[in-house]
Amino acid sequence: MDGLIAPLLVLGALALPSGLLLGFAAVRFKVEEDPVVDQIDALLPQTQCGQCGYPGCRPYAEAIARGEADINQCPPGGEAGVQALADLLGREPKPLRGGTQAKEKVRAVAVIDEDRCIGCTLCIQACPVDAIVGAAKQMHTVIARECTGCELCVPPCPVDCIRMEPVPERIDTWQWPYPDRPGEEEPAPLFPGAPSQRPAALERRV
Amino acid sequence: MLKGQLIAKASGYVSVAVHASSSGRVVAVEEHPVPHPSGLSAPCVIIETDGRERWVPPPPPVDYTRTDPSHLRNLVREAGIVGLGGAGFPSFIKLNPGRGRQVETLILNGVECEPYITCDDALMRERPREILAGAHIMRHALQARECVVAVEDNKPGAYEAMREAAAKEGDVRVVLLPTRYPQGSEKQLIQVLTGKEVPSNGLPIDVGVVVHNVGTAYAVYRAIRWGEPLVSRVVTVTGGAVRRPRNLRVPLGTPVVHLLRECGADFDRIDRLIMGGPMMGIALHTWDVPVVKTTNCIIAATAEEMPPPEPPMPCIRCGACMDVCPVGLLPQQLYWYAQARDLERVQAYNLFDCIECGCCAYVCPSRIPLVQYYRFAKGAIWAQERERQKADLARRRHQARQERLEREKRERAERLRQKKAQAARAPQEAVRQALERAQARREEARRRAQEQARERAGLARERAGAPPPPPSSGDREG
Repeated sequence: MDGLIAPLLVLGALALPSGLLLGFAAVRFKVEEDPVVDQIDALLPQTQCGQCGYPGCRPYAEAIARGEADINQCPPGGEAGVQALADLLGREPKPLRGGTQAKEKVRAVAVIDEDRCIGCTLCIQACPVDAIVGAAKQMHTVIARECTGCELCVPPCPVDCIRMEPVPERIDTWQWPYPDRPGEEEPAPLFPGAPSQRPAALERRV
Repeated sequence: MLKGQLIAKASGYVSVAVHASSSGRVVAVEEHPVPHPSGLSAPCVIIETDGRERWVPPPPPVDYTRTDPSHLRNLVREAGIVGLGGAGFPSFIKLNPGRGRQVETLILNGVECEPYITCDDALMRERPREILAGAHIMRHALQARECVVAVEDNKPGAYEAMREAAAKEGDVRVVLLPTRYPQGSEKQLIQVLTGKEVPSNGLPIDVGVVVHNVGTAYAVYRAIRWGEPLVSRVVTVTGGAVRRPRNLRVPLGTPVVHLLRECGADFDRIDRLIMGGPMMGIALHTWDVPVVKTTNCIIAATAEEMPPPEPPMPCIRCGACMDVCPVGLLPQQLYWYAQARDLERVQAYNLFDCIECGCCAYVCPSRIPLVQYYRFAKGAIWAQERERQKADLARRRHQARQERLEREKRERAERLRQKKAQAARAPQEAVRQALERAQARREEARRRAQEQARERAGLARERAGAPPPPPSSGDREG
């Protein structure tokens, strides 16, 4: 009997502080949210466009984490986005849902035709990132730098004065192309025009 | 518009001013093709020159020995001086060692970075004394212990000229190095000269060394001693299609076609036009581009001189690229991950330490355009970083908006509640007031009734021969 009491006491003495420590840690280091939601959210393009069927990127991330939504519902993220989500969650990548019409688009920003804007504020209310400035019966305009190109402002406009303009390539956003693409591994032809135009172009400058 | 007049101010920290390189009239500020591998345009100031080269009045000369290093740096910045070796990094930043850092060695880079280019060679032969004067100014700004000029042994003329000048001035060491590509690259030169290796992601200043090009030293001398901003540079014009290859001092902004004509280029034979050297230079899309601060060389190559690359073959893992890499990277691993677009792995193999010297592609028996893969991978990583920043901004703004909408909803709800409470209180109050008013009216009526009753009683008594009531009560009745 004596041989049994000693180990019980020792184990009990060990268990009590460990239990207290665990209890304390559970309160002190409590994880408010599923960290995987943050990780998924970090991979989403944050256009907040709702094309996935959820009201914004974060709700979509939460839906993926809950297992409700699939990883291929984000057209702005494109194939690369699906691949990144697949890598994170250890799943098989899939083609984008919606197939061809959901194909990746070039990055664009909304532009308001300021001559036609009647100042109804409907687009301001639709913009998920507050990238449109203006007030009732005042002209509105888009802050191009903050626009995510989600197109949510286009349908509400009663006078159809908002259009999406592709962002032009600039020297500081240009990238070296992938070498295997046909025709691009070579430097572009010096003279896009016909060879016969060369001397004429030179004469002008002499 | 006078020569040397400021036409564009510096914006941001890594930026310097631009000055008019000749006198004349500004006819346009517009998008114009610039020397860039993309062939895209950028905003340019277009000056119609009057050919008179009228300078702005020079500022009073500066005695650098009595000038504070930080003031010197400012002068260099205002003079628009960038590294003239090729990368074009603002020089004033490289003249700032940082707080509490001691610069052991200031190296003047007279090692021409690539074959074909001889602009530094020409400058060293023609202007050795001015280069050394610039070196002294830089040394003062950096408070460097020693100053070394490095020249490769394929430039005996430049070496002799620099040595002679240094012998007169003293205090500057001129070192002759065996010719070896890519020794002109900053980190490689430091290793050859001092034996120190600049750490990955580090700067030369981390090992107490600062490197400047000899051309930069000359520009600093002109700026400090004569108050001349950087408006011209030496450009090598060469290549098989050029009949009279030479080095020219060229005002910045001069169209490249002008240089080609000056040197008797045979335009029909130009197959490729390259700015920079044959290894690291960029192909120009048009000869309409201007000479910029980093234009060290223009190569008008014929088709025989630089034949188009043969189609690449699969990598056979021979390791030749690894043997020649001056940075000690593993080019075939980099290639492997770059072509698989595995941006994480390619960074793990220190892609960003690659100086794009092209040695690996040069020796590759399969003729794989390795450097193009590395450039692609670097660009893709930068683009990814930009996307991430944009996404972060959008996320922050979306969150802020959500919070604002929440807050507005709460506030509206709060206002509504208050109004309701007020409305709920309001009828009770009205009823109370109405009751009070009614009470008061009833009181009044009762009093009058009593008085009337009294009067009637008085009249009755009068009729019965009783004394009359006091007159006051009768007055009240009136």
